[in-house]
Amino acid sequence: MDFQIHLLLIQDGVTNGAIYALLSLALVLVFAVTRVIFIPQGEFVAYGALTLAAIQAGKAPPTVWFLVALGAAAAGADIWQAVRESRGSRIPAILGINLGLPLALAGILQVAPLATLPLVVQVILTLLVVVPLGPMIYRLAYQPVAEATVLLLLIVSVAVHLALLGLGLFFFGAEGTRTPSFTDGSLSIGPATFQYQSLWIIGITVLLIVGLFAFFERTLYGKALRATAINRTGAKLMGISTDMAGKLSFALAALVGAFSGVLVSPVTTIYYDTGFLMGLKGFVGAIIGGLASYPIASLGAVMVGLLESYSSFWASAYKEVIVFTLIIPVLVWRSLTTHHVEEEEH
Amino acid sequence: MTTKPIILETTDLCVSYGRVEALHKINVRIREGEIVTVIGPNGAGKTTLLSSLMGLLPSRGKVAYQGETLGAGRTVEALVSRGLVLVPEKRELFGEMSVEDNLLLGAFARYRRGDRAYRETMDEVYGIFPRLRERRTQLAGTLSGGERQMLAMGRALMAKPKLLMLDEPSLGLAPLIIREIFRIVAHLRELGVSVLLVEQNARAALQVADYGYVLETGEVALENDSKVLADDPRVIESYLGLGGKH
Ligand SMILES: Nc1ncnc2c1ncn2[C@@H]1O[C@H](COP(=O)(O)OP(=O)(O)OP(=O)(O)O)[C@@H](O)[C@H]1O
Ligand SMILES: [Mg+2]
Repeated sequence: MDFQIHLLLIQDGVTNGAIYALLSLALVLVFAVTRVIFIPQGEFVAYGALTLAAIQAGKAPPTVWFLVALGAAAAGADIWQAVRESRGSRIPAILGINLGLPLALAGILQVAPLATLPLVVQVILTLLVVVPLGPMIYRLAYQPVAEATVLLLLIVSVAVHLALLGLGLFFFGAEGTRTPSFTDGSLSIGPATFQYQSLWIIGITVLLIVGLFAFFERTLYGKALRATAINRTGAKLMGISTDMAGKLSFALAALVGAFSGVLVSPVTTIYYDTGFLMGLKGFVGAIIGGLASYPIASLGAVMVGLLESYSSFWASAYKEVIVFTLIIPVLVWRSLTTHHVEEEEH
Repeated sequence: MTTKPIILETTDLCVSYGRVEALHKINVRIREGEIVTVIGPNGAGKTTLLSSLMGLLPSRGKVAYQGETLGAGRTVEALVSRGLVLVPEKRELFGEMSVEDNLLLGAFARYRRGDRAYRETMDEVYGIFPRLRERRTQLAGTLSGGERQMLAMGRALMAKPKLLMLDEPSLGLAPLIIREIFRIVAHLRELGVSVLLVEQNARAALQVADYGYVLETGEVALENDSKVLADDPRVIESYLGLGGKH
């Protein structure tokens, strides 16, 4: 095996690993703040990629109607709660945010010349459709059981995953799509060749990670999310609502997922169910970090990407098996080296 | 004194854990700028009282804050932004964050409302607790017991409370620090903050407070001006006598 092949495999591995790293960060974040193991993370990747593909094909993406429907349900739930707490004055705001904005977006997507818009605008529209699904799903599926055990939240996650997967098939059909590269071609430095799209993926991933880090270190909302992860009761007593923290972390996870889909769809054909496997690989990275450490999780995810690209070279039929088998030695190693993390008391 | 408006009043407040009633028909009243103390033995229901006022536990009966009856669906977040702030018995600090970040988070409810003057409040808090300024970059989890209590109080003050509820601020602290903490509680009155002080250290609590309640097995056994309570033979025997200093 010569240098060229290594370079290719490494490039491939790091590119995919970058995406897995993003997904693993979102998984760690969601788990730390809400104790939810966010299995539907991968569906956001598929929804992001396929929504962008629809927009580029000049069609209003079906996901926008899903957004309107979820918005209506979330508004219903919030209004019911507001009435019970006799805070009816909030109803106009609830309707505006949950229903007004999605309907306005649906209107724009009906009339705008989608296929001819610049890529940046297409990506922004995609994110506007997909990202709000995150907090709405939190509101409807998780918020009512926010104080439940990790196991029950996991069961909810499985249900949400299956629902989103089925809906994905309904919205987008069984065919896969690939979107055009942000920039075609490749860059040659000496003997090495880098695909531009790989550089986009790695570059934007690094930017996103730096952005997330700055958010958690520098902004009060970021600190509030960390505080909720450290001590929920303490956070609550500071007026940091658990619902707000949950919705915010789901919005970030949806943003990371949808953005990953947008980044990866020029290099991988995305089907309605592709996201699940990608999410699982991010999950392996997150497990390596013990669902707690952001840097170890992202390093683990890059390792998963490398392992995957090398095993697809040597034993391509077994590549998924090899990647997911990695989780066993990791779990053994973790159970030997880390002290048991107690389930939170309630 | 009696002309000052009432900031918080409960009428027949009852709280149950499952079938067991932990608080039975509690009536307490706090006036603006007053320090009111609730003393009583372990398990009397003091923490339960503060938790239910804060909306952390469901309760029956009436709670009026600033003249307005609080509904059953009152949320902690809403109460915090209205100036009702609790320093809990367990402190509940953010151990893996710095002292300064803990203080900043105390101002979260204000920040959310658009109030950006929290840096000035932080200077005031550092003025009250100079020790916290020295340790501003230290992780909260590594502070000593006294410093943790100071941080818990400082963090609560960052929310600009109108009524501050303190659950056993002297718990587990050495006498010198306790004196310091109570001096600061007395100082809060000058800042215009009303205080509901739950204590087992009855002597110190009655010294600093204007009015006191004695809570026993979930009911108010005695109440009076704290000077009068401190001379009450029942209080002296149970709480101020030789064995009563816990
Ligand atoms: N979560 C709970 N579930 C069931 N019973 C509880 C719970 N919390 C408190 N209790 C009971 O309610 C009663 C009052 O407890 P509470 O913590 O309010 O007492 P306290 O006056 O604060 O005591 P201490 O001085 O020891 O802090 C006790 O009998 C306690 O066992
Ligand atoms: Mg107590």
